Amino acid sequence: MTGAPMVLAEKVSKNFGTNKVLRGISLEVARGEVLCIVGPSGSGKSTFLRCINHLERVDGGRLSVEGQLVGYRQKGEKLYELKLSEAAHQRQDIGMVFQRFNLFPHLTALENITLAPMRVKKQSKAAATARAMELLERVGLEDKGDAYPAHLSGGQQQRVAIARALAMDPKLMLFDEPTSALDPELVGEVLDVMKGLAKSGMTMIVVTHEMGFAREVADTLVFMDEGVVVEAGPPRQLLSNPQHERTKAFLSKVL
Amino acid sequence: MSEREPDPMLDPDPAKKLPAGGAQRAGQAQPAGKAQRAGVSEADDSPAEAIVAIPLRHPWRNVIAVLLVLGLAVFVLDAAQRPDYGWADVGKYIFDRRISQAAWVTLWLTIYAMISAIVIGLLLAIMRLSPNPVLKSIAWLYIWIFRGTPVYVQLVFWGIVSLIYPVFTLGIPFMTPWVTIPNEVFTNLFITAVIGLGLNEASYMSEIVRAGLLSVDEGQAEASTALAMSWGQTMRYVVVPQAMKIIIPPTGNEVISMLKTTSLVAAIPLSIDLYGVSRGISAVTFTPVPLLIVASLWYLLFTSVLMVGQHFIEKRFSRGTGRMKTDKGPAAPGPAPTAGPGATGALGTPGAPGTPGAPGAPIGNDFGGKG
Repeated sequence: MTGAPMVLAEKVSKNFGTNKVLRGISLEVARGEVLCIVGPSGSGKSTFLRCINHLERVDGGRLSVEGQLVGYRQKGEKLYELKLSEAAHQRQDIGMVFQRFNLFPHLTALENITLAPMRVKKQSKAAATARAMELLERVGLEDKGDAYPAHLSGGQQQRVAIARALAMDPKLMLFDEPTSALDPELVGEVLDVMKGLAKSGMTMIVVTHEMGFAREVADTLVFMDEGVVVEAGPPRQLLSNPQHERTKAFLSKVL
Repeated sequence: MSEREPDPMLDPDPAKKLPAGGAQRAGQAQPAGKAQRAGVSEADDSPAEAIVAIPLRHPWRNVIAVLLVLGLAVFVLDAAQRPDYGWADVGKYIFDRRISQAAWVTLWLTIYAMISAIVIGLLLAIMRLSPNPVLKSIAWLYIWIFRGTPVYVQLVFWGIVSLIYPVFTLGIPFMTPWVTIPNEVFTNLFITAVIGLGLNEASYMSEIVRAGLLSVDEGQAEASTALAMSWGQTMRYVVVPQAMKIIIPPTGNEVISMLKTTSLVAAIPLSIDLYGVSRGISAVTFTPVPLLIVASLWYLLFTSVLMVGQHFIEKRFSRGTGRMKTDKGPAAPGPAPTAGPGATGALGTPGAPGTPGAPGAPIGNDFGGKG
């Protein structure tokens, strides 16, 4: 089990009705690796990310995190869908950061961070708060604990959202276009936090349009289009010398 | 008298209107010309000259206001002397023990009916949002029937249910029942009234709760799920607290509306409530009008208290929203913008809050902001 890659996708497919969003995604993410996924909108990047923590159900292929099948249990030849509580248990080790932050607006920054550790991991309020303060400091917002999300800038909100995900001590962090909803001058502060996180050895899968970030931080860069992985490799190589026509066309537009 | 009154009032008005209009035109022309010039050439001018203009006059508003005030005064003066109003009797019965006891009955009817309506309504709302098509359809059917028939008719029906089902039995259908219990639920008219009112109101409450739950952004439940919280935890800590902001104002309206609807329990027939007792007394004393006034004054007292209460509860549940201050410090300028012009009147009809417009309906609805 411990030798298994953090994430292993084998021909993962996903349909929304007749619309085939993912058409056989195969990739592997090792422990401590930072994988960036780029591609045009509608290419299935976000859907794939959401499959990893079972916000979407995988329809075909095999997707496993740390050797454990996501959303299903295999018994002999048959697959059994997991109970909601079992699926929730799987998600404990996976943190997710959303494009639109999705902070809980009725709770302060501190309460946003402590909610899940207290309710899911049954931590004491004191312990959860102490950890939350630590995380707020880590994302540079130690003085914003009592602020409601509506009173924080987009960049600050996203940093709180990262701290909220980290509070569950995840082994894997998923970022779904974390800077796409931000004003340009606020992008940097969020990327800095993510760089720090990558340096600390966190396994990360980042769907992004920030090519600079991908070039600097990613170990592997994946280009997705129309539900398939078109090309993958070390970011410098992929960005400077794309092999595939579609990759070339995409990069020529965004670089 | 009231017909002749407006004429002298009307006469000076056209005269007043002309110079006023003229002055206004002149006043407008000047700044407009200035603005044009400024737009073309002088981009960063010194501090702009303040507009000094004669405000637009509204003569017809004044006329209508005066007419209304006069009409009201005439009505009040007349009513004060008219013997049928029996003001002496109003004074006599307003604090009558029978009346105040009946007021308690009305209050408890309201409270019990609303509690059952909220519980059943919440269940129905969750059923309607469930992915199970059977649960969904049953909830829909319930709402269709209970919202689609008059509450008066429903109450008459519940009044005769004890005749349709004289006993409750438990057992296999068409066989000798194991247990037979006499139907004492529907022979108790107070309980019948609570059930009748509660079941009807539940259909409205379910729509209010559903609108509230749907108003919470999907991303909220998603973020909560991603944090490994269960469905129950997501509802309890994330969705419902945010839905409350949408649910509370129309629910306050429903409470107020329910307080008044309790008078319909006469259909069951239950006659120990405020309206029933008032009618009972007037049937003996032959003074219907004073007792209607007495009952109305008590209803007004209760609804007024409820409106004030609603105002404070709304304030409490709008924490953390952008327009409000945080809970530190006074929320002085906060509540004002929430009382939107489209808000349903606090004394609105029972049907109004459940209409499909509810999800996007303005939040505010305090007694200060009635449309």
